[in-house]
Formats: sequence, C-alpha cells, structure tokens
Amino acid sequence: MKRFATLFNALDATTRTGEKTAALAAYFRDAPHPDRVWTVALLSGRRPKRAVNATELRQWAAEAAGIPLWLFEDSYAVAGDLAETIARLLPEAANSQPPSLDATLRALIALTGRPPAERRAHVTATWAALGADERFLFNKLLTGGFRMGVSQGLMTRALAQVTGVEASVMAHRLMGDWDPAHTSFAALTEEGGSDGAARPYPFALASPLEALPDSLGPPEDWLAEWKWDGIRGQIIARAGTFAVWSRGEDLITDRFPEFAPLQDHLPPGTVIDGEIVAWGGTAPLPFADLQKRIGRKTVPKRLLAEAPAHILAYDLLEDAGQDLRDAPLSQRRARLEAILAALPPGLPLSPSPMVPGNWVARAALRSGARAQMAEGLMLKRLSSPYHAGRKRGDWWKWKLDPYAVDAVMVYAQAGHGRRANLYTDFTFALRDGTDLVPFTKAYSGLTDAEFAEITRWVGKNTQERFGPVRRVVPELVFEIGFEGIQASPRHKSGIALRFPRMLRWRRDKGVADIDTIEALRALLRSKTGGCLPPAPPEGI
Amino acid sequence: MTTGLLTFTDRGIFCPEGGFHIDPWRPVDRALITHGHSDHARWGHGRYLATHAALPVIRHRLGDIAAEGIAYGETRQINGVSVSFHPAGHVPGSAQIRVERRGEVWVVSGDYKVEADGLSEPFAPVRCHTFITECTFGLPLFRWAPQTRLAAQIAAWWQANADEGRTSILAAYGLGKAQRLMTMLPPLGPILTHGAVEDTTRILRDQGYPIPATTRISAGIDAKSHPGALVIAPPSALGTPWAGRFGPASEAFASGWMALRGIRRRRGLGTGFVISDHADWPGLNAAIRETGASRIFATHGYTTPFRRWLEDQGYDAGIVQTEFGGDEADTPEPRPEPLPEPEPGP
Repeated sequence: MKRFATLFNALDATTRTGEKTAALAAYFRDAPHPDRVWTVALLSGRRPKRAVNATELRQWAAEAAGIPLWLFEDSYAVAGDLAETIARLLPEAANSQPPSLDATLRALIALTGRPPAERRAHVTATWAALGADERFLFNKLLTGGFRMGVSQGLMTRALAQVTGVEASVMAHRLMGDWDPAHTSFAALTEEGGSDGAARPYPFALASPLEALPDSLGPPEDWLAEWKWDGIRGQIIARAGTFAVWSRGEDLITDRFPEFAPLQDHLPPGTVIDGEIVAWGGTAPLPFADLQKRIGRKTVPKRLLAEAPAHILAYDLLEDAGQDLRDAPLSQRRARLEAILAALPPGLPLSPSPMVPGNWVARAALRSGARAQMAEGLMLKRLSSPYHAGRKRGDWWKWKLDPYAVDAVMVYAQAGHGRRANLYTDFTFALRDGTDLVPFTKAYSGLTDAEFAEITRWVGKNTQERFGPVRRVVPELVFEIGFEGIQASPRHKSGIALRFPRMLRWRRDKGVADIDTIEALRALLRSKTGGCLPPAPPEGI
Repeated sequence: MTTGLLTFTDRGIFCPEGGFHIDPWRPVDRALITHGHSDHARWGHGRYLATHAALPVIRHRLGDIAAEGIAYGETRQINGVSVSFHPAGHVPGSAQIRVERRGEVWVVSGDYKVEADGLSEPFAPVRCHTFITECTFGLPLFRWAPQTRLAAQIAAWWQANADEGRTSILAAYGLGKAQRLMTMLPPLGPILTHGAVEDTTRILRDQGYPIPATTRISAGIDAKSHPGALVIAPPSALGTPWAGRFGPASEAFASGWMALRGIRRRRGLGTGFVISDHADWPGLNAAIRETGASRIFATHGYTTPFRRWLEDQGYDAGIVQTEFGGDEADTPEPRPEPLPEPEPGP
C-alpha cells in the first residue's frame, strides 16, 4: 500500500499529463508485480465488489473515532468525501505496517458476504494498521468510488512505455473480461499473453464540434450520419464466440437475446461498431424505451415485444479475422455494407444511414434530427483510421442545440470531492399559476467562480435546512438546457428531463421572468419539440 | 440577546456597563481589538484599544486612528469594568480579552491557537465563567501535525524545488502566517516577499520579533538573481503574471483549509501544507476545558455542530452570530487579500 500511496500522491499532486505518465511508468517499473496488476485493474474500472456498505462504514468509523454519529455526518458534509472523512477522523496509527495492495484487495474480496462482526473486525484492524494516506486509499477501495484522475488512455501509454508494447495493442489487451485475481502482470502485458476471443477493441470517440463544419474542409471528405441516442455497442463474432460489449466495457450479450441469431449469420471474424437502440420498425424509439431494458440481466417477454433492440451499424473493425482499424473509413464502411447486404432479411442489424449533401444541406437535415430520434449528426473523416479512444480531428459530434427554459433555483446542496463545501447541486422550479413547481436538478455548466459566488449567496439566503439541503429564496434564475423530455409519474412535475444542465446564469432575469411548467408539458405532448425555442447558438 | 456582562448586537460584542465593543464590525465609539486581521480590526471607530504589540500593524493598516496600547496582563478600568489582554497565540500581538465586573468574568478569545509557534506570544488559558470561543476549525476533521513536522515537510519541498532549479512560491496570509513560516523554516536560501507581505514583516521585525532577513520583490529580482529562493506571497498572487516572473516554479498554499482535499483540488493546487494559526479540534476542546468556564459561546466557524458537541459535553452553549448570520462553514475559502501592488516596469 505504501508504494501505491506514493503513486496516488504523485498523481494527485499534478495536473500535468506528462508528470502523471512518468509517475505511472515509474510505478509500473518498480512496484511488486501483483500490485501492478491490481493497479491496472483499478485504473481500468475493474474494482472489487463492495464488501461493506456505507452505512456500516459510518457507524464503525464513528465508534472507532469516539464521536457520535451526528458529528461524523456533519464532518462528512464538510469534507464531502467518505473515505477522506474516515481517514481524518480516526486517531493516528501508532506504527503503521501497511499490507501490500495485492494482500489488501484479496482480503477485501474474501470478506464479501462474511458476517458483519467479521467484516467489522477486519476493517477496523486494517484502519489501525495504516498510516493516514494508506487509510484514505483503503477507504476508497472499500467504498468503491475510486478515481485517480488518470484516464485509461494515460495508463495505457505508461504501460506501453514500460513494456515496449504499442499503445493501441496494449489498449486492446486490457479490454474485456480479465480478472486481476487470476492474471499475472506478464500475461497482461507480454506478447501471447492472456487470450480472449471475445475481447473488444477500444472504442473510437468523437469530440464535440464547436465551430461551423465549413472549417472541416470539403464536405465530400466527410461521412455524415445520425447521432443516435442509444447505447454504443461492439458486436464480436469470432469462431465459437459471440459477444456484445458496451462502451463502458460491460459484456451485455445476455441483455439483448434478440441479437443471438446474428452469430449464425455474421461471417466468423467480424467485429462491428454501432448503436444499440430500441426499434420501432423503421426508426428508433425514444431512449426512455431502451432505458427500461438497461440494468436488467434478464428481459421479460413484454419488454422484448415493446422495445425490441436493434443495432444501427456504422463501422467495421475486423473483417475475416483481420484487424481493419488502420484502413480508411471509406474502405471499412464499404466492407461493412457488403457484409450487411449479404445477411438474410429480418435480422436486428442494419447500416446506420448516411446523411448526404454539402454542409448547407446537412445543416438543414441536422435541424430535423429530433424527428429522426437523433441528437444531431456525426461527422467522420473518410480517410481516417479507427482510433483507440478520443483523438481530436477525425470524429466530430455535431449535436443540436439543447432545448432551454429559464427556471429559478429553489434548493441547493453542497457537492462532493473537488466541489465539497461549495453549493453546486441545485433544484430548479418553473411557474405553475402562482406556485413554483420543482422540475429538475442540475449541477454542471457554471464556472468555479460562479459556484463560489452562489455559495456565498446561499449562505445569506437560506430559508430552511434539511440536513445538507438548503431551501433558498427563489431569486436566482438560470437557463436550463436539456436534450429530451419524458413523462414521469415519479416526479411531482410529471416530467423528467434528459441531460439537464445550466447553460448560463441569467443575472438579467428575475423570478417573474421564468417559464411555466405548462410550456414543458406542451413540449412533452408534441414529443418532437418545436414549442420551445432552442437555445441560441454559442457566441451570439 | 443574552443578559450579563457582554451582549451580542448587530455591531458585534458589546459591554453595556463598560460602554465598549470588542472587535466590532460597524463603527462604534470605543473598540477593544484582539488583533490586526482585517475582520477584527476595522476602520471607523472613535477610539481603539489593543496590545502594544498589535498596534503598529493596526496603525499601518487603518491609518490615522485614535488608538491606545495596553500591555499583556495589565488591567484597565473602563466605566467600572475591568479589562485585560492575554496572549492568544494566533499571530504576533494577538490577545484574548478578559472582562470582569463584580467577580463575573468573561473571556473573548478572538482567534487563537494553542501550539506555540516560536513567534507569537504563546496562548495562555484564562479562567472565566463564560468563554466566547472561535471555532473556525470546530470539527474533528481538523487535527494539526506538530510544527516541527510541518517545518520539515515544507523544507523538503523547498529543497527539492531548489535542487531542480525551480523557485518555491508559498502562499500565506500576510500577517502572522507569513512571518511564522519565515521563522520556522531552516535557512535553505533567500526569502523573497511580495510587497503586501514585506510591509507587515518589516513592521514586526522592527518591533523586535526574531524574523529572518527578507527581500522585497521589485524590478530585477527574479529566479536568476535569487536562485533557489522561497517566495512568500498572499494567496491572491498565485497563478498570476506577477508569479510568472520566476519562470519554472512550484506553487503551494499554507493554510488549515488545505486539510480538505476538495478545497485543495478546487484551487488547482497540487501542494498544500496544512498549517493554521487557529486551534484545531483537540486544541479547541483543551482550551475550553482549561478556562473552567461552564458557559460557552461559539462564534466564527462551524458554530452549529460545535455548539451541539459542547452541549453533549455538558456545557451551557450558545452561538454568537457573525455579521452575515451565516456560518463560515459556508465559505471556507480564504478571505481575499489585497491584490499585488503594481510593480515598477523593468
């Protein structure tokens, strides 16, 4: 744990990518081998299951610290981080003898499902054996919310530096379903290492297009297609293997039984990148319909009928067992269409249609994206390879401007982590006659300086406290942007928004100027929108 | 708000019988001032009373004021009320103020810390019936390491920077923290100061506080002229073009708030040294115990949980609202310091 804590502190002490890569590379050179494997696992989102829940942790920690639970909770509200709160509240260890990261994690895994008394004894004994830094990290491992400010791409580059394996090859090796408890560092990083016929490729990611597309050059150099509002998926059909992976590297094959027939029809050695959507026969259904299926391990018949899944394919990564990612998109796309054309009809897989035309024509089509159940357009350079991760320049998402309403802040709550002690999580209300109806929460879109200013304002304008939540004077007006809207019986307002965020603080407006809940209900009725003006584009 | 020797008004703590306020925030006729920080020593009062040690800085900051000095431990009668000033250990010259009338004793702590820092007059507990205590860090999250360990940490950082050819820029409040840092660190290299820090430093040094030599940063003073230097500047100077003159530099902030990782990260600082001139949780509790007081008023900090904690411990506890009615838990950001003065051109 000591070496791991040193790594964490080095990563935490800098925001420079170069320094982070260097710190990781040094760690991958000199840390004990089993610890390296766990670190790779942690940095690629493979956390062990939580052996202890947060309620237990709070109680045990409060007792170990000798303070009442309420004082623990008040301290937590200020620190904004459970792991840090516990680390700071416990008395300093007399002489710390931290176990290795490997031993710590194996013990935690073994602890899952044991009786509470045994789990408590293990956790409190470990606390007592750890110094403050290691204790903080141990708590992070316990609570599962482990982030080290390092992207998987950065870690992959560091590993590539140390092992001499090319970064894209390394990225591919790290994908998929491997278990750090049963994987050696050599198997993970050396040629001919851990085999995985079902292993996916790293997904290529797009950047938001902020300029006008004219800046990208001639339109014929670019493939345009709809930006679907579904789940990004990779379909792998290799000899004896069929797998569907989500972008979050979850194996989701079993969630979508309707894809199973594909394995009989796709040529062996085919890997397709596409969007999983709920299918209405000729066009996707709203994301809300697909959402009903997400998170379900088994899908009831009724849902299979109501919201059948379908893949809109847009790229081909492997063809007849050959890695095709370095071929230009134009070639990959042609091969993709040839493969799809050869499939029998009725399969839940079809090419994502291309959107033709010059920039003016595409802009016009894009403005009708919502009617297509799309969020805008994707623009991909026809000569580009399939990049691992986000590489600016070849893939752009050109989204529609969000819907927008002006709403007033009614509740404020302090954030967590970097935003601890700062009011950043707000609830907003719209007018309903003379009443204010809360209709959404949002916590992003403002600058740190604005959050700091609002925090001072909240301090002076609190009307009531409910634990960490403050009811505030309804006075501050914000423009709330969102991508979609759906009916929600669970909310008082009867609606739920998709991706709500603060577009700007409207200091020029007062509570008398906010929009009505009726405007949103009308939007919901019309479904395709048009009742509310979209937010004006940036920079006007 | 309360009956007794001291009351709490919208101008601050007031003694009706004595006709004086303590650290008032709006202009009053007669003000007793615990120390020179701007939220305690404000402009516009008719008469000021502070320790001899605190007055030079207060005069420097407030200009031409009608002020009188008092020695630590000296008793003075004001309209039949006895007042005396006792070391608070917060910054050089800082005091707790003891108020007595017919055997009833109140102590107003001002800001204080219990660990001796080698520069400020060390905190001296004063027995009283009612103690008005600050609680800036009144949660068990806050526990300071001993100064020797902190000094070693900061010295190691300075040395490592110097070895790599980087200037060390350390942000600290200009009155108290800055001079404490200069004094506690080993002489690893030159100490350069921002103008706002240097003025106060010079005044304190002239008073006889044992502060090492410093050089005010002006035209021509940079990393080349002073390699391996430690720059001490107000927090507002971090990340500004002013700090840019030192080329490759490592920036850090010395404050009790650096105990919270969220705050440190929000300020975009990799390095934060947890060093405070306020009492930590054990310090607050120990100081309160030593007063022997049965009634405690909490002010200036995490007042709500701290009061509840004191009630749990069997004290008669209350809260003194500060100027804005909110507690400082809402605004743990350091108070802004004046911006760097314009420097003469090259």
